[in-house]
Amino acid sequence: MNGISYKSGRVPHAKEHRVVFRNIDREGWDTSLATYMGEGGYEQLKKALKTPPQEIIDEVKKAGLRGRGGAGFPCGVKWGFIPPTNTKPVYLICNADESEPGTFKDRYILHQDPHQLIEGMAIACFAVGASLSYIYIREEFPEAAKIVEKAIAEAREKGFLGKNIQGSGFDLEIYVHRGAGAYICGEETGLIESLEGKRPYPRIKPPYFPAAMGLYLCPTIVNNVETLCHVKHILEIGAENWARTGTPNNTGTRILCVSGDVQKPGYFEVEVGKVTMGELINDMCGGLKPGRELKAVIPGGSSAKVLRADEVFTVGRGDDARKLTIWDIPMDFDTLAACGSMAGSGGVIVIDDSRSISWVLNNINNFYAHESCGQCTPCREGSLWMKKITDRIVAGKASPSDIDTLYGVAKNIDGRTICAFGEACAWPTESFVEKFRDELVSDTRPELEGAIVNAETLTAVAGL
Amino acid sequence: MSEVKTDLVDVQIDGVWHQFPKGMRMIEACRQAGVEVPHYCYHPKLTSPGNCRMCLVEMGMPPRPAPGAEAPAPDENGHLPIAWMPRPVIACANTIGPNMGIKTSGPLTEECRKGVMELLLANHPLDCPICDQAGECGLQEFSVEHGKGESRFREQKVKKPKNVDVGPRVRLDDERCIMCSRCIRFTEEIADDPVLGFTDRGSHTVLTVYPGRELANNYSLNTVDICPVGALTSNDFRFQMRVWFMRETNTIDTNCATGCNITVFARENTIYRITPRQNNDVNSDWMPDSHRLNFHWIGSETRLTDPLVKDGDHHRHASWSEAIATSADKLSALDGSEIAVIASARMTNEELLMVNRLVKHLKVGHLDTVARVGEADGYLISADRNPNTNGVKLILGLDDPGSQIETIKLGIEQGRIKALITLQENLVADAGFSTELLGKLDFLLSTYPLANATADASDVVLPGAGWAEKSGTMINATGRLQRLNKVVDGPGQTLESWEIVRDLIQATGGGNGIYAVTDIFKQLAAEVSEFAGLTWGQIGDLGLPLLETGVTIPLLEREKQRIASGLIVG
Repeated sequence: MNGISYKSGRVPHAKEHRVVFRNIDREGWDTSLATYMGEGGYEQLKKALKTPPQEIIDEVKKAGLRGRGGAGFPCGVKWGFIPPTNTKPVYLICNADESEPGTFKDRYILHQDPHQLIEGMAIACFAVGASLSYIYIREEFPEAAKIVEKAIAEAREKGFLGKNIQGSGFDLEIYVHRGAGAYICGEETGLIESLEGKRPYPRIKPPYFPAAMGLYLCPTIVNNVETLCHVKHILEIGAENWARTGTPNNTGTRILCVSGDVQKPGYFEVEVGKVTMGELINDMCGGLKPGRELKAVIPGGSSAKVLRADEVFTVGRGDDARKLTIWDIPMDFDTLAACGSMAGSGGVIVIDDSRSISWVLNNINNFYAHESCGQCTPCREGSLWMKKITDRIVAGKASPSDIDTLYGVAKNIDGRTICAFGEACAWPTESFVEKFRDELVSDTRPELEGAIVNAETLTAVAGL
Repeated sequence: MSEVKTDLVDVQIDGVWHQFPKGMRMIEACRQAGVEVPHYCYHPKLTSPGNCRMCLVEMGMPPRPAPGAEAPAPDENGHLPIAWMPRPVIACANTIGPNMGIKTSGPLTEECRKGVMELLLANHPLDCPICDQAGECGLQEFSVEHGKGESRFREQKVKKPKNVDVGPRVRLDDERCIMCSRCIRFTEEIADDPVLGFTDRGSHTVLTVYPGRELANNYSLNTVDICPVGALTSNDFRFQMRVWFMRETNTIDTNCATGCNITVFARENTIYRITPRQNNDVNSDWMPDSHRLNFHWIGSETRLTDPLVKDGDHHRHASWSEAIATSADKLSALDGSEIAVIASARMTNEELLMVNRLVKHLKVGHLDTVARVGEADGYLISADRNPNTNGVKLILGLDDPGSQIETIKLGIEQGRIKALITLQENLVADAGFSTELLGKLDFLLSTYPLANATADASDVVLPGAGWAEKSGTMINATGRLQRLNKVVDGPGQTLESWEIVRDLIQATGGGNGIYAVTDIFKQLAAEVSEFAGLTWGQIGDLGLPLLETGVTIPLLEREKQRIASGLIVG
């Protein structure tokens, strides 16, 4: 056996529906091509190579596959954005920069089932007409990069990559590109800049929509690891069958990563919308820690707006309108959006009543202040300002009006930046202030109002 | 019904409909509609990164009807209603489309500008009292319009490097930098010397120069001009003068045949700074450092300030009337064939016309100018380092200026040439005349701004005005007629060359009642066919094409390509 086998001892939960994660933590499974081939590996690629590319794109569109990276954009529609008159090379990039705090799904695919990804990528490349493809793997996954490199070499050796794949006349090379430890490289145009060897400054859109002007200003499709794996399964069972899992407009399965204050955190592949927040936390994660109550949930990675435990959400319109508690929320794209947050990258962060909201927000702000690329003004200056204010709130050196300033700074970032990082760093602050203002204010001190509050002069000015 | 033009689209700007070419940037459409959209990073000659976010405006397009719904009806002028987007867009990089609406004022836009201003100033040192940019700073200007009176920022500011030598002529204060990246783009896109860049990230981002390199190219000072704040300052100008005390004069550079358009900044009678002035037919927005800094001699101690007449071995001060009368006596005693005139291609067309008059009046047998040839730099510097060679050819009728210099030397050597009038040239330093050779002359008259070896050998020395001390016109390498405007008064009794030559003509019996350089221009227009019909005022600040020379300016040619490819506005 020349593959790597991980034995976590974890057994999938009964409510899971494993498709992409079918082989994760599986007894007897390893990363080798032989093992993969032994279970029908690369059969879908062979089938795809005999199918007209447009039919594959139509099939993915019909399946309603929505991107699993964060934005939830329909994958087939994205593929269709390549200009029909294009004469330049087309590139496909797999975004394996999984860096949204709270998200840990792609890493398991990279570490344990690399051939599934390569097969999905090869099919996608054939569909969009890309003969050169990159997997952008974040710096923090050094082992994954080695494993994927090895898998690419194996696939190439067996004629699943390289020239004239399986006699089809289709050529494809896949290269692994390593990040250098920056969150912004997960933003697709930042990633493209990074691939081109530059600072990962996200590009302005328009004009630089990747599907038209991406890598080297050629049409480029950037898809998440999980999304590309699904392409293989859509071909395997057909779009209609695939779309039977999940719920309408929220088809298929997706992997939820639960972290924070639950008894058994972990990853769970579920049918989209078929599992509620309550089932996820109480059944699948073993509930909250003993004696603790739920305070809040961040449902889609740290940039998603926080949901308060005692909120009542109204979703649907007109006759379909219904009220939901946090426990009733089905974990799908549309409902979480209707609740004022997002499904995002699937990272569910659970916060119980032992946590200080000021501390949680400061933790998040710290991350975004550190990761702002610094290209455009609002995010560059605002992310660090928000962090500094919450630093003071946590340290008991803030006044109540600082909460208004904090909120005002976030609002000055939201919707004003080059890329979605602006929202990513502003939404936590906006939602925490909107929903937990009282608790934040309770951590401030009215007597500090108007004081010059840097660390050195605080005591002198405030007379403390 | 107005005429339908397919390349124009209707755009509503602040409630008023306009027509502009399709694909024009929103910010330029607004500018043409008379509405300034504040901005920092955008520069029409550079690519648009859209990073400062100061130009956010509201934008709208006709609403897309829901499937099955009826499309909105156009109004009586054919304009559809506008559905405004909830998010603002940057006006610098987005282009206009049919029936687009742009709002540059209103609550959302104003809120965006206030927000960006507050964020830009959050970590800014606010050291305006000692900042050279004060008075012409984008942060100050837009603070007046869009800033808040007080700061909500109660944190410690980010500390960054200050007083950084990024090159021999440019200095960087990173705390003032607003990361607009104009300088980086200039060095990459225009100067082909990409030594500047950002390091670190987020609020700690700093502009820096690549390790082991420096910003030393001959266009480095243009980064100081386009820096919207006081981050990049000129070593030559910093701390010399507050900008609001200086008077600006639009004129042209005389260091080569390109004739870069410039603005000269002076206070009282002292020049402190020269910056390029936009002229898309000459120098775009740029100029070489070597030309920009070549002005300190104007106020130097070695200027000639009074007419000098040689008594024995020594020069003594003389009055203008004595110096001119002495010269006239000497010249009148000679036959024209015994006189040579060496004028200068640094002289204006008007001065050259007066030289032409003198030559004809005295029936001068030998006439030339001194050629100055260097290497063209492939950007703006012409190989011809004289600013008005085309004027010399046209007005003095010299086909190959500089080609007669050796003949004149030989004539002096052989004693055929007994008198030499050299105007605004230092023959010893710039034309290879030895002092021994000049010593063979019976009479040598020279005019020049600075004391020099030729003056030393001269029988009469007349202090001539420098380029900043006179007005006139010149014709650049591409054949463009441009105006040189007087910035400061010459020192002492300096006169402009046209006045000196006029006086010489009068003193030798010629009649000429010219008292203003504009009068000479009128005579040019009357006598030289290429100038026919032109007036002084017509030339304006940007000049006008006069001759077809076939010469192009490399930097402009590359700029045209970038405009054609849509990379820049131009």
